[in-house]
Amino acid sequence: MLANLELSELQDKLRKKEISSVELTKYFLERIKKHNESLNAFLTVTEDLALAQAVEADKILANEPNPGPLTGIPFAAKDLFSTKGVRTTASSKILDQFIPVYDATTIKKMYAEKTVMLGKTNLDEFAHGSSTETSAYGPSKNPWDLSRIPGGSSGGSAAAVAAGLAPFALATETGGSIRQPASLTGISGWKPTYGRVSRYGVIAMTSSNDSPGTMARSVKDLALTAEFMSGYDPSDGTTANKPVPNYADNLKSDLTGMRIGIPKEYFVEGMEPDVQARVMEAIEQLKKLGAEIIDVSLPLTRYGSLVYAIVTPSEISSNLAKFDGIRFGHQSKEAKTLNEIYTQSREQGFGDEAKRRIMTGTYALSAGYKDAYYLKAQKVRRLLVNEFDQVFQRVDALVCASVPNVATKIGFAKDNPLHGYIADQLNIPASMAGLPALSVPAGFGAAPDGPAGSQLPVGLQIIGPQWGEQTIFNIGHAFQQVTEWHKKFPEEFAD
Amino acid sequence: MILTKEEVIKIAQLCKIELTEAEIEKFQKELSVVLEYASELQQVNTDGVQEISQVTGLENVLRDDHARQSEYRDAIIANFPDHKDSFLKIKNIL
Repeated sequence: MLANLELSELQDKLRKKEISSVELTKYFLERIKKHNESLNAFLTVTEDLALAQAVEADKILANEPNPGPLTGIPFAAKDLFSTKGVRTTASSKILDQFIPVYDATTIKKMYAEKTVMLGKTNLDEFAHGSSTETSAYGPSKNPWDLSRIPGGSSGGSAAAVAAGLAPFALATETGGSIRQPASLTGISGWKPTYGRVSRYGVIAMTSSNDSPGTMARSVKDLALTAEFMSGYDPSDGTTANKPVPNYADNLKSDLTGMRIGIPKEYFVEGMEPDVQARVMEAIEQLKKLGAEIIDVSLPLTRYGSLVYAIVTPSEISSNLAKFDGIRFGHQSKEAKTLNEIYTQSREQGFGDEAKRRIMTGTYALSAGYKDAYYLKAQKVRRLLVNEFDQVFQRVDALVCASVPNVATKIGFAKDNPLHGYIADQLNIPASMAGLPALSVPAGFGAAPDGPAGSQLPVGLQIIGPQWGEQTIFNIGHAFQQVTEWHKKFPEEFAD
Repeated sequence: MILTKEEVIKIAQLCKIELTEAEIEKFQKELSVVLEYASELQQVNTDGVQEISQVTGLENVLRDDHARQSEYRDAIIANFPDHKDSFLKIKNIL
Protein backbone atom coordinates (compact mmCIF):
# COMPACT_ATOMS: atom_id res chain seq x y z
CA MET A 1 0.00 0.00 0.00
CA LEU A 2 1.28 3.47 -0.94
CA ALA A 3 -1.65 5.33 0.61
CA ASN A 4 -0.17 5.39 4.10
CA LEU A 5 3.40 6.36 3.16
CA GLU A 6 5.04 9.55 4.35
CA LEU A 7 6.49 12.05 1.91
CA SER A 8 10.09 10.97 2.50
CA GLU A 9 9.12 7.36 1.68
CA LEU A 10 7.35 8.40 -1.53
CA GLN A 11 10.29 10.61 -2.44
CA ASP A 12 12.62 7.65 -1.94
CA LYS A 13 10.54 5.40 -4.22
CA LEU A 14 10.42 8.08 -6.91
CA ARG A 15 14.17 8.69 -6.79
CA LYS A 16 14.98 5.00 -6.88
CA LYS A 17 12.62 4.66 -9.87
CA GLU A 18 10.57 2.04 -8.04
CA ILE A 19 7.58 4.03 -9.18
CA SER A 20 7.03 6.97 -11.53
CA SER A 21 5.09 10.11 -10.70
CA VAL A 22 2.52 9.16 -13.36
CA GLU A 23 2.00 5.76 -11.68
CA LEU A 24 1.77 7.36 -8.25
CA THR A 25 -0.70 9.95 -9.56
CA LYS A 26 -2.87 7.28 -11.20
CA TYR A 27 -2.80 5.31 -7.95
CA PHE A 28 -4.24 8.25 -5.99
CA LEU A 29 -6.71 9.17 -8.77
CA GLU A 30 -8.00 5.58 -8.64
CA ARG A 31 -8.38 5.78 -4.88
CA ILE A 32 -10.30 9.04 -5.23
CA LYS A 33 -12.63 7.44 -7.80
CA LYS A 34 -13.22 4.52 -5.48
CA HIS A 35 -13.69 6.32 -2.18
CA ASN A 36 -14.78 9.89 -2.84
CA GLU A 37 -18.44 8.99 -3.09
CA SER A 38 -18.51 7.82 0.51
CA LEU A 39 -16.25 10.59 1.85
CA ASN A 40 -17.24 13.67 -0.23
CA ALA A 41 -13.70 14.93 0.31
CA PHE A 42 -13.09 16.28 -3.21
CA LEU A 43 -15.36 18.78 -4.97
CA THR A 44 -13.27 18.81 -8.15
CA VAL A 45 -10.78 16.21 -9.37
CA THR A 46 -8.19 17.62 -11.78
CA GLU A 47 -7.22 14.41 -13.52
CA ASP A 48 -5.89 15.91 -16.77
CA LEU A 49 -3.87 18.58 -15.00
CA ALA A 50 -2.48 16.03 -12.54
CA LEU A 51 -1.36 13.63 -15.25
CA ALA A 52 0.26 16.45 -17.25
CA GLN A 53 2.11 17.64 -14.12
CA ALA A 54 3.19 14.08 -13.36
CA VAL A 55 4.65 13.69 -16.87
CA GLU A 56 6.66 16.89 -16.29
CA ALA A 57 7.82 15.66 -12.89
CA ASP A 58 8.94 12.34 -14.35
CA LYS A 59 11.14 14.20 -16.86
CA ILE A 60 12.85 16.02 -14.00
CA LEU A 61 13.21 12.85 -11.96
CA ALA A 62 14.81 11.16 -14.99
CA ASN A 63 17.18 13.96 -15.90
CA GLU A 64 18.13 15.92 -12.81
CA PRO A 65 20.65 14.52 -10.34
CA ASN A 66 19.08 16.35 -7.38
CA PRO A 67 15.34 16.89 -7.85
CA GLY A 68 13.49 18.81 -5.12
CA PRO A 69 12.06 16.74 -2.28
CA LEU A 70 8.43 17.20 -3.35
CA THR A 71 9.02 16.54 -7.07
CA GLY A 72 6.34 14.25 -8.47
CA ILE A 73 4.37 13.97 -5.21
CA PRO A 74 0.61 14.49 -5.48
CA PHE A 75 -1.37 16.77 -3.16
CA ALA A 76 -4.89 18.11 -2.68
CA ALA A 77 -5.84 21.75 -2.09
CA LYS A 78 -8.73 23.10 -0.08
CA ASP A 79 -11.19 24.73 -2.47
CA LEU A 80 -10.39 28.12 -0.94
CA PHE A 81 -7.05 28.40 -2.78
CA SER A 82 -7.43 30.11 -6.14
CA THR A 83 -6.27 27.81 -8.93
CA LYS A 84 -5.88 29.34 -12.37
CA GLY A 85 -8.29 27.76 -14.85
CA VAL A 86 -9.62 25.32 -12.22
CA ARG A 87 -13.06 25.95 -10.69
CA THR A 88 -12.75 27.33 -7.15
CA THR A 89 -15.98 27.46 -5.17
CA ALA A 90 -15.12 28.12 -1.50
CA SER A 91 -17.94 25.53 -1.13
CA SER A 92 -20.43 28.31 -1.89
CA LYS A 93 -23.15 28.46 -4.52
CA ILE A 94 -22.20 32.08 -5.09
CA LEU A 95 -18.92 30.87 -6.65
CA ASP A 96 -20.32 27.66 -8.15
CA GLN A 97 -18.93 28.37 -11.61
CA PHE A 98 -16.03 30.64 -10.67
CA ILE A 99 -12.77 30.09 -12.58
CA PRO A 100 -9.87 32.02 -10.98
CA VAL A 101 -7.64 33.96 -13.33
CA TYR A 102 -4.48 33.42 -11.29
CA ASP A 103 -2.97 30.94 -8.83
CA ALA A 104 -2.61 31.62 -5.12
CA THR A 105 1.04 32.21 -4.20
CA THR A 106 1.14 28.94 -2.26
CA ILE A 107 -0.26 27.01 -5.24
CA LYS A 108 2.42 28.64 -7.42
CA LYS A 109 5.05 27.60 -4.89
CA MET A 110 3.79 24.01 -4.93
CA TYR A 111 3.77 23.93 -8.74
CA ALA A 112 7.31 25.36 -8.77
CA GLU A 113 8.36 22.30 -6.74
CA LYS A 114 6.87 20.10 -9.48
CA THR A 115 4.18 18.64 -7.27
CA VAL A 116 0.99 17.20 -8.77
CA MET A 117 -2.42 18.65 -7.92
CA LEU A 118 -5.09 15.95 -7.61
CA GLY A 119 -8.02 18.27 -7.00
CA LYS A 120 -9.87 20.66 -4.75
CA THR A 121 -11.32 19.63 -1.41
CA ASN A 122 -14.56 20.40 0.40
CA LEU A 123 -14.81 22.90 3.27
CA ASP A 124 -17.38 24.78 5.28
CA GLU A 125 -18.78 27.53 3.05
CA PHE A 126 -16.09 30.25 2.87
CA ALA A 127 -14.42 28.33 5.75
CA HIS A 128 -17.21 29.42 8.11
CA GLY A 129 -17.63 26.42 10.36
CA SER A 130 -16.00 23.46 12.04
CA SER A 131 -17.71 20.44 10.47
CA THR A 132 -18.00 20.96 6.65
CA GLU A 133 -21.75 20.89 7.26
CA THR A 134 -22.10 24.46 6.04
CA SER A 135 -20.72 23.47 2.62
CA ALA A 136 -23.18 24.04 -0.23
CA TYR A 137 -22.04 20.63 -1.55
CA GLY A 138 -22.86 18.57 1.54
CA PRO A 139 -20.64 17.47 4.41
CA SER A 140 -17.46 15.43 4.09
CA LYS A 141 -17.32 12.26 6.19
CA ASN A 142 -14.83 11.12 8.79
CA PRO A 143 -12.89 8.10 7.45
CA TRP A 144 -12.89 6.54 10.94
CA ASP A 145 -16.70 6.59 11.12
CA LEU A 146 -18.69 7.76 8.11
CA SER A 147 -21.61 8.89 10.27
CA ARG A 148 -19.36 11.52 11.89
CA ILE A 149 -17.90 14.88 10.88
CA PRO A 150 -14.27 15.13 9.82
CA GLY A 151 -14.16 18.55 11.50
CA GLY A 152 -13.69 21.75 9.60
CA SER A 153 -13.43 23.99 7.96
CA SER A 154 -10.62 22.02 6.22
CA GLY A 155 -12.63 18.79 6.57
CA GLY A 156 -12.26 17.71 2.94
CA SER A 157 -8.48 18.05 3.11
CA ALA A 158 -8.46 16.16 6.42
CA ALA A 159 -10.65 13.32 5.12
CA ALA A 160 -8.54 13.06 1.94
CA VAL A 161 -5.27 12.71 3.85
CA ALA A 162 -6.70 10.48 6.61
CA ALA A 163 -8.20 8.03 4.08
CA GLY A 164 -5.07 8.02 1.91
CA LEU A 165 -6.57 9.82 -1.08
CA ALA A 166 -3.68 12.30 -1.05
CA PRO A 167 -0.28 12.21 0.67
CA PHE A 168 -0.68 15.80 1.90
CA ALA A 169 -3.07 18.70 1.51
CA LEU A 170 -3.06 22.46 1.57
CA ALA A 171 -5.53 23.86 4.07
CA THR A 172 -6.23 27.11 5.89
CA GLU A 173 -6.77 28.20 9.48
CA THR A 174 -8.57 31.17 10.88
CA GLY A 175 -9.51 29.73 14.27
CA GLY A 176 -8.90 25.97 14.34
CA SER A 177 -9.71 24.99 10.75
CA ILE A 178 -6.53 22.88 10.42
CA ARG A 179 -5.93 21.69 13.99
CA GLN A 180 -9.52 20.67 14.74
CA PRO A 181 -10.07 18.48 11.61
CA ALA A 182 -6.53 17.05 11.93
CA SER A 183 -7.38 16.04 15.48
CA LEU A 184 -10.74 14.49 14.59
CA THR A 185 -9.32 12.46 11.66
CA GLY A 186 -6.05 11.32 13.26
CA ILE A 187 -3.55 13.19 11.08
CA SER A 188 -0.94 15.92 11.63
CA GLY A 189 -1.79 19.55 10.90
CA TRP A 190 0.22 22.76 10.92
CA LYS A 191 -1.22 26.21 11.52
CA PRO A 192 1.61 28.65 10.80
CA THR A 193 2.55 31.87 12.52
CA TYR A 194 0.39 34.60 10.99
CA GLY A 195 2.50 36.25 8.28
CA ARG A 196 4.72 33.19 7.73
CA VAL A 197 2.70 32.01 4.71
CA SER A 198 1.23 34.21 1.99
CA ARG A 199 -2.55 34.68 1.90
CA TYR A 200 -2.47 35.98 -1.69
CA GLY A 201 -5.09 34.17 -3.75
CA VAL A 202 -6.67 32.45 -0.77
CA ILE A 203 -10.29 33.59 -0.63
CA ALA A 204 -10.41 35.83 2.43
CA MET A 205 -12.35 35.10 5.58
CA THR A 206 -10.77 36.99 8.50
CA SER A 207 -7.78 38.77 7.04
CA SER A 208 -6.10 39.43 10.40
CA ASN A 209 -6.10 35.68 11.21
CA ASP A 210 -6.14 33.72 7.95
CA SER A 211 -3.15 31.37 7.85
CA PRO A 212 -2.67 28.88 5.01
CA GLY A 213 -0.92 25.69 6.18
CA THR A 214 -0.71 21.97 5.52
CA MET A 215 -2.07 18.61 6.67
CA ALA A 216 -0.04 15.40 6.33
CA ARG A 217 0.79 11.97 7.75
CA SER A 218 3.60 13.10 10.06
CA VAL A 219 5.22 16.16 11.58
CA LYS A 220 8.30 15.51 9.46
CA ASP A 221 6.07 15.86 6.39
CA LEU A 222 4.60 19.08 7.75
CA ALA A 223 8.10 20.48 8.37
CA LEU A 224 9.08 19.67 4.80
CA THR A 225 5.99 21.26 3.25
CA ALA A 226 6.40 24.28 5.55
CA GLU A 227 9.74 25.09 3.92
CA PHE A 228 8.01 25.53 0.56
CA MET A 229 4.82 27.18 1.83
CA SER A 230 6.58 29.89 3.85
CA GLY A 231 8.22 33.14 2.94
CA TYR A 232 7.85 36.78 2.04
CA ASP A 233 5.42 37.62 -0.73
CA PRO A 234 5.28 41.14 -2.18
CA SER A 235 1.62 40.45 -3.01
CA ASP A 236 0.74 40.00 0.70
CA GLY A 237 1.76 42.99 2.81
CA THR A 238 1.40 41.01 6.02
CA THR A 239 4.05 38.40 5.17
CA ALA A 240 7.31 38.83 7.05
CA ASN A 241 10.60 39.34 5.29
CA LYS A 242 12.34 36.68 7.39
CA PRO A 243 14.47 33.80 6.18
CA VAL A 244 12.76 30.38 6.10
CA PRO A 245 14.74 27.76 8.06
CA ASN A 246 15.29 24.21 6.80
CA TYR A 247 12.67 22.94 9.22
CA ALA A 248 12.87 19.28 8.18
CA ASP A 249 16.68 19.03 8.26
CA ASN A 250 16.80 20.74 11.65
CA LEU A 251 14.33 18.39 13.35
CA LYS A 252 15.40 17.05 16.74
CA SER A 253 14.10 14.04 18.60
CA ASP A 254 15.61 14.85 22.01
CA LEU A 255 13.70 17.37 24.09
CA THR A 256 16.28 17.81 26.85
CA GLY A 257 16.10 21.34 28.18
CA MET A 258 12.78 22.08 26.48
CA ARG A 259 10.33 23.83 28.82
CA ILE A 260 6.76 22.80 28.03
CA GLY A 261 3.86 24.58 29.69
CA ILE A 262 0.58 22.86 30.48
CA PRO A 263 -2.14 25.55 30.62
CA LYS A 264 -4.73 24.47 33.17
CA GLU A 265 -7.54 26.45 31.50
CA TYR A 266 -7.32 24.15 28.45
CA PHE A 267 -8.72 21.27 30.51
CA VAL A 268 -12.20 22.63 30.01
CA GLU A 269 -15.45 21.56 31.59
CA GLY A 270 -17.07 18.86 29.47
CA MET A 271 -13.77 17.52 28.15
CA GLU A 272 -14.20 13.82 27.41
CA PRO A 273 -12.32 11.60 29.89
CA ASP A 274 -10.57 9.64 27.12
CA VAL A 275 -9.30 12.85 25.55
CA GLN A 276 -7.95 14.01 28.89
CA ALA A 277 -6.32 10.61 29.48
CA ARG A 278 -4.57 10.67 26.05
CA VAL A 279 -3.28 14.19 26.70
CA MET A 280 -1.89 13.19 30.10
CA GLU A 281 -0.21 10.13 28.55
CA ALA A 282 1.33 12.33 25.85
CA ILE A 283 2.67 14.71 28.49
CA GLU A 284 4.32 11.72 30.20
CA GLN A 285 5.96 10.79 26.89
CA LEU A 286 7.30 14.33 26.47
CA LYS A 287 8.72 14.16 29.99
CA LYS A 288 10.50 10.91 29.11
CA LEU A 289 11.94 12.63 26.04
CA GLY A 290 13.64 15.12 28.34
CA ALA A 291 11.18 18.00 28.45
CA GLU A 292 10.61 19.92 31.65
CA ILE A 293 6.86 20.09 32.29
CA ILE A 294 5.64 23.33 33.89
CA ASP A 295 2.09 24.09 35.00
CA VAL A 296 0.97 27.47 33.71
CA SER A 297 -2.19 29.55 33.73
CA LEU A 298 -3.79 31.56 30.91
CA PRO A 299 -6.87 32.99 32.63
CA LEU A 300 -8.25 34.76 29.54
CA THR A 301 -8.48 31.53 27.50
CA ARG A 302 -12.25 31.30 27.73
CA TYR A 303 -12.65 34.76 26.18
CA GLY A 304 -10.79 33.76 23.00
CA SER A 305 -13.90 32.35 21.34
CA LEU A 306 -15.90 35.40 22.36
CA VAL A 307 -13.38 37.75 20.75
CA TYR A 308 -13.50 35.53 17.69
CA ALA A 309 -17.31 35.60 17.61
CA ILE A 310 -17.12 39.36 17.04
CA VAL A 311 -13.85 39.99 15.16
CA THR A 312 -14.36 37.18 12.66
CA PRO A 313 -17.87 38.13 11.50
CA SER A 314 -16.77 41.78 11.38
CA GLU A 315 -13.96 41.03 8.95
CA ILE A 316 -16.19 38.59 7.06
CA SER A 317 -18.87 41.23 6.53
CA SER A 318 -16.23 43.38 4.89
CA ASN A 319 -14.48 40.62 2.92
CA LEU A 320 -17.71 39.14 1.58
CA ALA A 321 -19.08 42.48 0.41
CA LYS A 322 -17.29 41.90 -2.91
CA PHE A 323 -19.66 39.05 -3.80
CA ASP A 324 -22.30 41.26 -5.36
CA GLY A 325 -23.30 39.30 -8.47
CA ILE A 326 -21.88 41.93 -10.80
CA ARG A 327 -18.41 40.99 -12.03
CA PHE A 328 -18.21 37.29 -11.19
CA GLY A 329 -20.12 34.64 -9.30
CA HIS A 330 -23.83 33.95 -9.13
CA GLN A 331 -26.21 36.61 -10.42
CA SER A 332 -29.94 36.48 -9.72
CA LYS A 333 -31.95 35.80 -12.87
CA GLU A 334 -35.05 37.52 -11.49
CA ALA A 335 -33.45 40.83 -10.54
CA LYS A 336 -35.02 43.85 -12.20
CA THR A 337 -32.89 46.61 -10.69
CA LEU A 338 -29.26 47.03 -9.75
CA ASN A 339 -30.09 46.84 -6.05
CA GLU A 340 -31.99 43.60 -6.63
CA ILE A 341 -28.92 42.12 -8.32
CA TYR A 342 -27.06 42.68 -5.06
CA THR A 343 -29.75 41.64 -2.61
CA GLN A 344 -31.08 38.64 -4.56
CA SER A 345 -27.71 37.31 -5.71
CA ARG A 346 -26.46 37.38 -2.11
CA GLU A 347 -29.70 35.88 -0.78
CA GLN A 348 -29.54 33.03 -3.30
CA GLY A 349 -25.78 32.55 -3.28
CA PHE A 350 -24.88 32.52 0.42
CA GLY A 351 -25.83 29.76 2.86
CA ASP A 352 -27.18 30.38 6.35
CA GLU A 353 -23.86 30.46 8.20
CA ALA A 354 -22.32 32.96 5.77
CA LYS A 355 -25.44 35.12 6.13
CA ARG A 356 -25.30 34.86 9.93
CA ARG A 357 -21.68 35.95 9.99
CA ILE A 358 -22.12 38.77 7.47
CA MET A 359 -25.06 40.13 9.47
CA THR A 360 -23.39 39.70 12.87
CA GLY A 361 -20.36 41.57 11.57
CA THR A 362 -22.42 44.28 9.93
CA TYR A 363 -24.14 44.87 13.27
CA ALA A 364 -20.91 44.75 15.32
CA LEU A 365 -19.35 47.37 13.06
CA SER A 366 -22.37 49.61 12.70
CA ALA A 367 -22.69 53.09 14.16
CA GLY A 368 -23.61 52.93 17.82
CA TYR A 369 -22.45 49.34 18.38
CA LYS A 370 -18.84 49.44 17.22
CA ASP A 371 -17.50 50.46 20.65
CA ALA A 372 -19.47 47.84 22.56
CA TYR A 373 -18.65 44.95 20.25
CA TYR A 374 -15.82 45.37 17.76
CA LEU A 375 -13.50 47.66 19.71
CA LYS A 376 -14.17 45.85 22.98
CA ALA A 377 -13.24 42.56 21.31
CA GLN A 378 -10.02 44.06 19.90
CA LYS A 379 -9.07 45.27 23.38
CA VAL A 380 -9.57 41.83 24.87
CA ARG A 381 -7.58 40.48 21.94
CA ARG A 382 -4.67 42.72 23.01
CA LEU A 383 -4.88 41.22 26.51
CA LEU A 384 -4.86 37.69 25.05
CA VAL A 385 -1.72 38.51 23.06
CA ASN A 386 -0.06 39.96 26.19
CA GLU A 387 -0.97 36.89 28.21
CA PHE A 388 0.69 34.57 25.68
CA ASP A 389 3.76 36.88 25.55
CA GLN A 390 4.12 36.58 29.30
CA VAL A 391 3.79 32.81 29.42
CA PHE A 392 6.36 32.41 26.64
CA GLN A 393 8.89 34.15 28.91
CA ARG A 394 8.72 31.03 31.07
CA VAL A 395 8.14 28.19 28.59
CA ASP A 396 9.19 27.30 25.03
CA ALA A 397 5.85 25.84 24.03
CA LEU A 398 2.41 24.92 25.36
CA VAL A 399 0.82 21.49 25.14
CA CYS A 400 -2.86 20.62 25.57
CA ALA A 401 -5.74 18.91 23.76
CA SER A 402 -6.50 20.07 20.22
CA VAL A 403 -10.22 19.49 20.74
CA PRO A 404 -11.96 18.53 24.03
CA ASN A 405 -13.88 15.72 22.30
CA VAL A 406 -13.71 13.11 19.56
CA ALA A 407 -15.67 13.56 16.32
CA THR A 408 -19.39 14.20 16.76
CA LYS A 409 -22.21 12.86 14.58
CA ILE A 410 -23.13 14.66 11.36
CA GLY A 411 -26.12 16.88 12.05
CA PHE A 412 -24.90 18.05 15.45
CA ALA A 413 -23.45 21.30 14.09
CA LYS A 414 -26.11 22.22 11.57
CA ASP A 415 -28.36 25.05 12.73
CA ASN A 416 -26.27 25.58 15.84
CA PRO A 417 -25.07 29.17 15.40
CA LEU A 418 -22.41 28.76 18.10
CA HIS A 419 -20.88 25.47 16.91
CA GLY A 420 -18.09 27.18 14.97
CA TYR A 421 -17.05 29.13 18.06
CA ILE A 422 -17.36 26.45 20.75
CA ALA A 423 -15.89 23.55 18.71
CA ASP A 424 -12.65 25.52 18.29
CA GLN A 425 -12.42 26.97 21.78
CA LEU A 426 -8.96 25.45 22.40
CA ASN A 427 -7.62 26.61 19.02
CA ILE A 428 -8.93 30.15 18.79
CA PRO A 429 -6.78 31.91 21.44
CA ALA A 430 -3.54 31.04 19.60
CA SER A 431 -5.16 32.14 16.33
CA MET A 432 -6.12 35.53 17.74
CA ALA A 433 -2.48 35.98 18.80
CA GLY A 434 -1.11 34.80 15.42
CA LEU A 435 0.86 31.95 17.00
CA PRO A 436 2.03 28.76 15.26
CA ALA A 437 0.50 25.47 16.41
CA LEU A 438 0.21 21.81 15.52
CA SER A 439 -2.21 19.01 16.08
CA VAL A 440 -0.64 15.55 16.21
CA PRO A 441 -2.37 12.19 16.71
CA ALA A 442 -2.21 11.10 20.37
CA GLY A 443 -4.34 7.95 20.40
CA PHE A 444 -7.99 7.05 20.38
CA GLY A 445 -11.01 7.58 22.57
CA ALA A 446 -14.55 6.29 22.83
CA ALA A 447 -17.38 8.44 21.56
CA PRO A 448 -19.91 9.12 24.34
CA ASP A 449 -22.73 8.63 21.81
CA GLY A 450 -21.12 5.71 19.98
CA PRO A 451 -21.30 1.94 20.39
CA ALA A 452 -19.22 0.49 23.24
CA GLY A 453 -15.61 0.08 22.20
CA SER A 454 -15.82 2.62 19.39
CA GLN A 455 -12.47 4.27 18.88
CA LEU A 456 -11.99 7.70 17.35
CA PRO A 457 -8.83 9.79 16.99
CA VAL A 458 -7.64 12.22 19.68
CA GLY A 459 -5.25 15.07 18.90
CA LEU A 460 -2.51 16.72 20.93
CA GLN A 461 -2.07 20.44 20.39
CA ILE A 462 1.36 22.08 20.52
CA ILE A 463 1.41 25.89 20.54
CA GLY A 464 4.61 27.89 20.02
CA PRO A 465 5.63 31.53 20.31
CA GLN A 466 5.50 33.76 17.22
CA TRP A 467 7.91 32.37 14.56
CA GLY A 468 8.43 29.30 16.79
CA GLU A 469 7.73 26.78 14.02
CA GLN A 470 10.95 24.85 14.59
CA THR A 471 10.18 24.40 18.30
CA ILE A 472 6.72 22.93 17.73
CA PHE A 473 7.93 20.77 14.84
CA ASN A 474 10.69 19.41 17.13
CA ILE A 475 8.21 18.54 19.88
CA GLY A 476 5.77 16.91 17.47
CA HIS A 477 8.53 15.02 15.68
CA ALA A 478 10.10 13.79 18.92
CA PHE A 479 6.68 12.58 20.06
CA GLN A 480 6.20 10.70 16.76
CA GLN A 481 9.58 8.99 17.17
CA VAL A 482 8.31 7.22 20.28
CA THR A 483 4.63 6.76 19.36
CA GLU A 484 2.83 5.01 16.50
CA TRP A 485 -0.48 6.92 16.57
CA HIS A 486 0.31 8.84 13.39
CA LYS A 487 0.78 5.52 11.56
CA LYS A 488 -2.72 4.25 12.29
CA PHE A 489 -4.88 3.99 9.19
CA PRO A 490 -8.66 3.48 8.92
CA GLU A 491 -9.16 -0.16 7.89
CA GLU A 492 -12.12 0.57 5.67
CA PHE A 493 -9.79 2.45 3.30
CA ALA A 494 -6.96 -0.07 3.23
CA ASP A 495 -7.75 -1.07 -0.38
CA MET B 1 -33.64 38.84 22.49
CA ILE B 2 -30.87 41.34 21.90
CA LEU B 3 -32.09 42.26 18.43
CA THR B 4 -35.50 43.49 17.36
CA LYS B 5 -37.08 42.45 14.09
CA GLU B 6 -36.60 46.01 12.78
CA GLU B 7 -32.90 45.84 13.57
CA VAL B 8 -32.53 42.60 11.60
CA ILE B 9 -34.30 44.24 8.63
CA LYS B 10 -31.96 47.22 8.92
CA ILE B 11 -28.85 44.99 9.08
CA ALA B 12 -30.03 42.99 6.05
CA GLN B 13 -30.47 46.24 4.11
CA LEU B 14 -27.01 47.42 5.09
CA CYS B 15 -25.33 44.21 3.92
CA LYS B 16 -27.65 43.83 0.92
CA ILE B 17 -29.19 40.44 1.57
CA GLU B 18 -32.90 40.04 0.74
CA LEU B 19 -34.62 38.09 3.53
CA THR B 20 -38.01 36.40 3.61
CA GLU B 21 -40.34 36.97 6.57
CA ALA B 22 -39.40 33.52 7.94
CA GLU B 23 -35.69 34.26 7.60
CA ILE B 24 -36.03 37.55 9.45
CA GLU B 25 -37.46 35.68 12.44
CA LYS B 26 -34.90 32.89 12.19
CA PHE B 27 -31.95 35.28 12.04
CA GLN B 28 -33.39 37.48 14.79
CA LYS B 29 -33.10 34.46 17.10
CA GLU B 30 -29.77 33.19 15.82
CA LEU B 31 -27.97 36.53 15.70
CA SER B 32 -29.21 37.24 19.20
CA VAL B 33 -27.71 33.95 20.38
CA VAL B 34 -24.30 34.91 18.96
CA LEU B 35 -24.41 38.45 20.38
CA GLU B 36 -25.53 37.15 23.74
CA TYR B 37 -22.63 34.70 23.73
CA ALA B 38 -20.15 37.47 22.93
CA SER B 39 -21.63 39.88 25.45
CA GLU B 40 -19.68 38.19 28.24
CA LEU B 41 -16.69 40.11 26.91
CA GLN B 42 -18.04 43.02 28.92
CA GLN B 43 -16.83 41.19 32.05
CA VAL B 44 -13.21 41.75 31.06
CA ASN B 45 -11.69 44.95 32.40
CA THR B 46 -10.13 46.75 29.42
CA ASP B 47 -9.65 50.19 30.99
CA GLY B 48 -6.67 51.87 29.35
CA VAL B 49 -6.13 48.98 26.90
CA GLN B 50 -5.39 49.93 23.31
CA GLU B 51 -7.21 47.75 20.80
CA ILE B 52 -5.12 45.58 18.47
CA SER B 53 -6.13 44.72 14.92
CA GLN B 54 -3.14 42.64 13.79
CA VAL B 55 -0.12 40.99 15.32
CA THR B 56 2.66 41.23 12.74
CA GLY B 57 4.30 44.36 14.11
CA LEU B 58 4.48 45.61 10.51
CA GLU B 59 3.40 49.17 9.78
CA ASN B 60 2.67 51.06 6.59
CA VAL B 61 3.80 48.39 4.14
CA LEU B 62 4.00 50.22 0.84
CA ARG B 63 5.03 49.35 -2.68
CA ASP B 64 5.91 51.34 -5.78
CA ASP B 65 2.93 52.07 -7.95
CA HIS B 66 3.99 50.66 -11.32
CA ALA B 67 1.55 50.42 -14.20
CA ARG B 68 1.60 47.02 -15.86
CA GLN B 69 -0.32 45.17 -18.50
CA SER B 70 -2.91 42.76 -17.13
CA GLU B 71 -2.50 39.22 -18.42
CA TYR B 72 -5.95 38.29 -17.27
CA ARG B 73 -8.29 40.37 -19.47
CA ASP B 74 -10.02 37.53 -21.33
CA ALA B 75 -10.28 35.29 -18.26
CA ILE B 76 -11.83 38.14 -16.26
CA ILE B 77 -14.39 38.80 -19.02
CA ALA B 78 -15.19 35.07 -19.14
CA ASN B 79 -16.21 35.27 -15.45
CA PHE B 80 -18.69 38.15 -16.06
CA PRO B 81 -22.26 36.92 -15.44
CA ASP B 82 -23.28 38.95 -18.47
CA HIS B 83 -21.33 40.89 -21.07
CA LYS B 84 -21.59 42.52 -24.46
CA ASP B 85 -18.39 42.27 -26.47
CA SER B 86 -15.75 43.00 -23.84
CA PHE B 87 -18.02 45.17 -21.69
CA LEU B 88 -19.60 44.15 -18.39
CA LYS B 89 -23.39 44.30 -18.77
CA ILE B 90 -25.64 45.25 -15.85
CA LYS B 91 -29.22 46.46 -15.34
CA ASN B 92 -30.15 50.10 -15.96
CA ILE B 93 -29.13 52.21 -13.01
CA LEU B 94 -30.93 55.41 -14.02
